[in-house]
Amino acid sequence: MSETSEKLFVVTSSPHIRDADSVPKIMWTVNIALLPALLAAVYFFGFKALWVTLLSVIAAVVTEAAIQKLAKKPIRVHDGAAVITGILLAFNLPPSVPWWMPVVGSVFAIAIVKEAFGGLGYNILNPALAARAFLLASWPVEMTASWVAPKEGTISGIAAITSATPLNLLKQSAKIIASPEKFDPAQLQAAQDAIAKLSSSYTNLLIGNVGGCIGETSVIALLIGALIMFYRHVIDWRIPFTYIGTVAVLAWIFGGTEGLFTGNWIFHILSGGLILGAFFMATDMVTSPITGKGQIIFAIGTGILTVAIRIWGGYPEGVSYAILLMNLTVPLIDRYTVPKVFGEVKSNE
Amino acid sequence: MAKKTFVGGVHPYEGKEFTEKKAIEKLPLPQRVAIPLQQHIGAPAKALVEKGQEVKAGEKIAEASGFVSVPIHSSISGKVKGIEKVNHPVSGRGEAIVIESDGEDNWVETIRFEENYLELDSKEMLERIKDAGIAGLGGATFPTHVKLSPPPDKKIDTVILNGAECEPYLTADHRLMLEHADDIVAGLRIIMKILNVQQGIIGIEDNKPDAIEVMRKAVKDFNNIQVYVFPVKYPQGAEKQMIKAALNREVPSGGLPMDVGVVVQNVGTAKAMYEAVAYHKPLTHRVVTVTGAAVNEPKNVLVPIGTMFEDVVAFCGGMKESAGKIVMGGPMMGLAQPNLQVPVVKGTSGILILEEHEAHVPAEDPCIACGRCVEVCPMHLLPTTLQILVEHENYTEAERLHIMDCIECGSCSYICPSNRRLVQGIRLGKRKILEARRKAG
Repeated sequence: MSETSEKLFVVTSSPHIRDADSVPKIMWTVNIALLPALLAAVYFFGFKALWVTLLSVIAAVVTEAAIQKLAKKPIRVHDGAAVITGILLAFNLPPSVPWWMPVVGSVFAIAIVKEAFGGLGYNILNPALAARAFLLASWPVEMTASWVAPKEGTISGIAAITSATPLNLLKQSAKIIASPEKFDPAQLQAAQDAIAKLSSSYTNLLIGNVGGCIGETSVIALLIGALIMFYRHVIDWRIPFTYIGTVAVLAWIFGGTEGLFTGNWIFHILSGGLILGAFFMATDMVTSPITGKGQIIFAIGTGILTVAIRIWGGYPEGVSYAILLMNLTVPLIDRYTVPKVFGEVKSNE
Repeated sequence: MAKKTFVGGVHPYEGKEFTEKKAIEKLPLPQRVAIPLQQHIGAPAKALVEKGQEVKAGEKIAEASGFVSVPIHSSISGKVKGIEKVNHPVSGRGEAIVIESDGEDNWVETIRFEENYLELDSKEMLERIKDAGIAGLGGATFPTHVKLSPPPDKKIDTVILNGAECEPYLTADHRLMLEHADDIVAGLRIIMKILNVQQGIIGIEDNKPDAIEVMRKAVKDFNNIQVYVFPVKYPQGAEKQMIKAALNREVPSGGLPMDVGVVVQNVGTAKAMYEAVAYHKPLTHRVVTVTGAAVNEPKNVLVPIGTMFEDVVAFCGGMKESAGKIVMGGPMMGLAQPNLQVPVVKGTSGILILEEHEAHVPAEDPCIACGRCVEVCPMHLLPTTLQILVEHENYTEAERLHIMDCIECGSCSYICPSNRRLVQGIRLGKRKILEARRKAG
């Protein structure tokens, strides 16, 4: 019969068309969105920032390729996810970090946090943040050496690189103000001056002319990246805005030195790793909830933990640990935020 | 007024430009038709003719074999060549009555216009619709007379005519509304009479402004019929989503539109009902949109049911070398066909031929939990979770998460950046669950 001699076409189950977006496109968009912050880092911290980032990225990509090859899985480093991990880890390291730390961190991030759990899509924690926590626990001196407690509140100018981070300064000063009897008047005065100065340094915080980790300081550069991600629908408003909003409200209520509702919430938003964390790390698709409601719960939780660590915890900054802790709650949140199905009727029996 | 719509949905490339401006053309008489006995949901029809028998166009050649079944009529005049197994666009293979044309196009004499058709009682109307072999022409092909016979405890207050045509590429309903607006409205009035309903709605997506205008004009004398305009969004034409958008009523999980007092019919089906009631004309032809980048001259064609895709596509200049996939229906829910040796059935709304690169099925990546499938699911399900549960054969949990509510619109698979076969997996899971239920009795 003629039927059999003719060409047979592919038969698959519908749909027969697909949206053009793909995992590599999403991941590379994030990488492009991280570039403005990298440029700002190079500008403020010098080429060291670039080398640290490159080392971190190369270590991440090589580790992933090697593990996939050893495990005889398809090598998929071209999807850009390992590059994101590399950049984000570097962005969470101090500029003065020794060269081997980004390498060790990236190997840990990819080998232990990501691939050991099954690779892309299966990791429970954000790899870059988990690696940062690992480095901080293993080499605390190297991870914080460059910002020992300040004698004086200089945060402007390139000199700030070897000085304290704004949040560190805030925490130290607040401690002094909280128990003035333990300090001499000069120290108390210095602490009060420092806080006053912090409040008037928004411009420096915005452009990134302050001490801090490589990629976290320039709010403007990070926001340009965030806009790129919004435009490409890689992130939506829920996690970043809820997270930042929660931090703002709680910092305003509890963050002041003169009682409740006196906190400087603008300072809390602009300083530390909040902008980087809220737009680039808490939004990590793999380690955040899949439902809209779940994402909001996740972001509120991250905000509460961030402020709790910043104000009452042992560290000046709480973004990394807040996100990591909330990463662990994602399966639970997903379980309890199943949307109401269309046409679901309340049982009235 | 805020535009009426539903939560969820996607915006695929519309592809309507191929055929939306092309008036419906009549296919020249085919030499041969193969009319399958199963063209509707329900029991297959029983053949009434034998090999060698002469039949006229419009003659009943198979009868309904139960209440949820419809008769079948010949679409051409000629000689029955036999009852053979042929390719079937839905089931793969199926029995069909093969008729060789006599080249004449002789019709049965019973087709004539009846002036006072609206004064018929609803029982008679329903009888004529049943006899005409009408099944939903939107593609689902549910026997129409069954839909129009709700049990007495279901009070119907609204009839919605579905002119959304939300499937990309398809323009058959669009053209019908432009060219046969009055027939469609007459069909709607017949349905309203049968169901004794006071409110009629014609729902159209806003990418068809010309059809909206024409239909508005056609209903202006009837103050109980209104045209509702919906923003373009797939699957606006899905029954439940249309009812939600038009009336803000939610068909309960596992329920039917009649549970919320609504009957939805496709505009093409309404026209067929009008012809059945006012003319005694059986359903023998339908409008098929022949379209896609790999068709030489895309057209809207009025086709005798049973005509081979091959003949219809030949009338449209044939397909290009670059053809990579043949789909019956639209790209979102249509059924892929291995070749063109398949007959047009009552549910064939379109023949879509995609180019090789469009038909390319990309490799799957792992789920990155982006949540897009959850966001677009018009039934508010968790497609990625369900698909993984099916993969793990955890059907109990899948049922708890309402897998059976999936309408298989395909929005999840469409949007997935990892190209995961989400609706495909869910479809498989639903089938497994139904099989298990049948076995359990």
